[in-house]
Amino acid sequence: MIQFVQHLINGLSLGSIYALIALGYTMVFGILQLINFAHGEVYMLGAFIGMYSARALHLTDRPSIGALVVAMAISMAGTALAGFTIERLAYRPLRKSPRINVLITAVGVSLFLQFSGQLLFGADPKVFPEIYHPGGQWHIGQIMLNPLQLTVFIISILLMLALQTIVYRTRLGRAMRAVSFNHDLASLMGIPTDRVISFTFMLGSALAGAAGVLVGLIYPKIDPLMGTLPGLKAFVAAVLGGIGNVTGAVVGSLILGLSEEFLVGYWAPTFRDALAFALLILILLFKPTGLFGTGRQDKV
Amino acid sequence: MSKYPALKSLVPLIPWTAAFAVIWLFNRFVANGINPYYFSIIMYAGINIILAVSLNLVNGFTGQFSMGHAGFMAIGAYSSAFFTTQMLAHQPGWMESPLSSFSLFLAAILLGGATAGIAGVIVGLPSLRLKGDYLAIVTLGFGEIIRVVLLNIDAVGGARGMAGIPALTNFAWVYGFVLITLFTITRLIQSRHGRAFLAVREDEIAAEAMGVNTTRAKVRAFVIGAVFAGIAGALFAHQLMYLNPQTFDFNRSFEIIIMVVLGGMGSITGSVAAAVFLTGTREALRPLQEFTKVDFRMVIYSLMLILLMLTRPNGLFGSQEISSILKLKRKKEGARG
Repeated sequence: MIQFVQHLINGLSLGSIYALIALGYTMVFGILQLINFAHGEVYMLGAFIGMYSARALHLTDRPSIGALVVAMAISMAGTALAGFTIERLAYRPLRKSPRINVLITAVGVSLFLQFSGQLLFGADPKVFPEIYHPGGQWHIGQIMLNPLQLTVFIISILLMLALQTIVYRTRLGRAMRAVSFNHDLASLMGIPTDRVISFTFMLGSALAGAAGVLVGLIYPKIDPLMGTLPGLKAFVAAVLGGIGNVTGAVVGSLILGLSEEFLVGYWAPTFRDALAFALLILILLFKPTGLFGTGRQDKV
Repeated sequence: MSKYPALKSLVPLIPWTAAFAVIWLFNRFVANGINPYYFSIIMYAGINIILAVSLNLVNGFTGQFSMGHAGFMAIGAYSSAFFTTQMLAHQPGWMESPLSSFSLFLAAILLGGATAGIAGVIVGLPSLRLKGDYLAIVTLGFGEIIRVVLLNIDAVGGARGMAGIPALTNFAWVYGFVLITLFTITRLIQSRHGRAFLAVREDEIAAEAMGVNTTRAKVRAFVIGAVFAGIAGALFAHQLMYLNPQTFDFNRSFEIIIMVVLGGMGSITGSVAAAVFLTGTREALRPLQEFTKVDFRMVIYSLMLILLMLTRPNGLFGSQEISSILKLKRKKEGARG
């Protein structure tokens, strides 16, 4: 039982990180019907920006929640810029091309960031600095609660709530939803669609950047290829929840995080990385719209 | 000739047979004299041609963007290597005469192709119901699953890899199968089934309305592609003599994709040219890779892919073949004269 609760906690904190990445996927897909393969790499950039800014500002001297917030803010700004640049240079010129071309470009951008990241940051793993050190373990009965995991979970929830507010309570959010509903109609209504798309990319990338820093806190080893697998898994989570749906992405991520944790804990640890793909295949076969998604019908 | 229609239908086979003869002669008299390093590049170029052309059948001609080709290659490589090592472990005599080692390797290659083909059916049937991006990511997922499963099978070495595979591949095997691949796929494209593939690519709904069983056409193309990937894997295994699941990761699939895209989706000539070109570039970039300690060609490949999509999305050859380009030129000259 104690072990079960422990796995539950680990799974939730892993799932909340997936959720931050999955939200970017789902928003970009909702608005452009594009799987932004480079999204996992944006998350990687977030971790590296966090690391370098922590070093430059000597945030490790006084590890605190404030230092964490500073590193996250810088990293989110940096990844938002990266997301903007990627969209502007690689995706916008292809707005009218066949989707397969955009897909190929996205794969290209992803690999380009991975390997030029290796050139830039070095291929060997780096240690993420300790910018927040709540210290010790909390014991509730016999259950061990790592305050770091709790922090990550709470920050993720706060960020998701902020996103929810932006998407459903602001003018810009309404514009985003309009563009995702119907791109051409939205532009006829006077919505600057290109600007809204740019903003969506920036928002999604900022969340991925935050996830990069948070992951650096829990698993303090970062390397330029770290984004690939979490990126793909977060995509699976987004599909699981119904791609294009914000709530779905969060629920899907938590399900994926939990099932991965339980698979590793109870059954077959070596199959960890295959689980997400198996889940993806099952969901696409039996309920391609995901748990919360609504289908789109092809018309002649 | 018109008296013997059966004979006439054999005429197109003449160049293929002649090419076989040339390859055999080359293998017999020239291949041994080549510098082993350059020779291995030539071999990998041939294997890459098989991979690129077979993936082009799926991605280019049928328009189903698959990203898991390395998975099928892995299955072909592992099953054939497992077969030959087991056979030789029980009966070392297989290697003694040329005829018996020939039949052993032929059986291994066919087995590799067959298992990859079966995997192609298993993967293709469910996933080809999906389209575009979803299909791409599901095939990628299957490729990864195949890799993870291989990593967990102890009989083939798991993460340690599989060593001690006999060196059975030679020039004639590789380029013989290059010819078989080219022959099968060019002829297939011009056949009734091939036309169905093209119809699916152009407009799936229209193809279905015209009576094409689109699912069957897609699965067919996918399985044929997988079979040839398996054959390429078998050749690869007995060339390298060592297998590791890591060899067949996503980057390998990506390498094949870029060959197809660079050459032009829907151009066999393009795939061949791009496969040869990229195999050469990889070796040319090797010093740079050792200097930077980074897989530098991937930086260049990915940049190339992005720029290609932005400036020339059809690739070098578009959907043209060398034969049609030559014919067009001849016609133009004829019109002028």
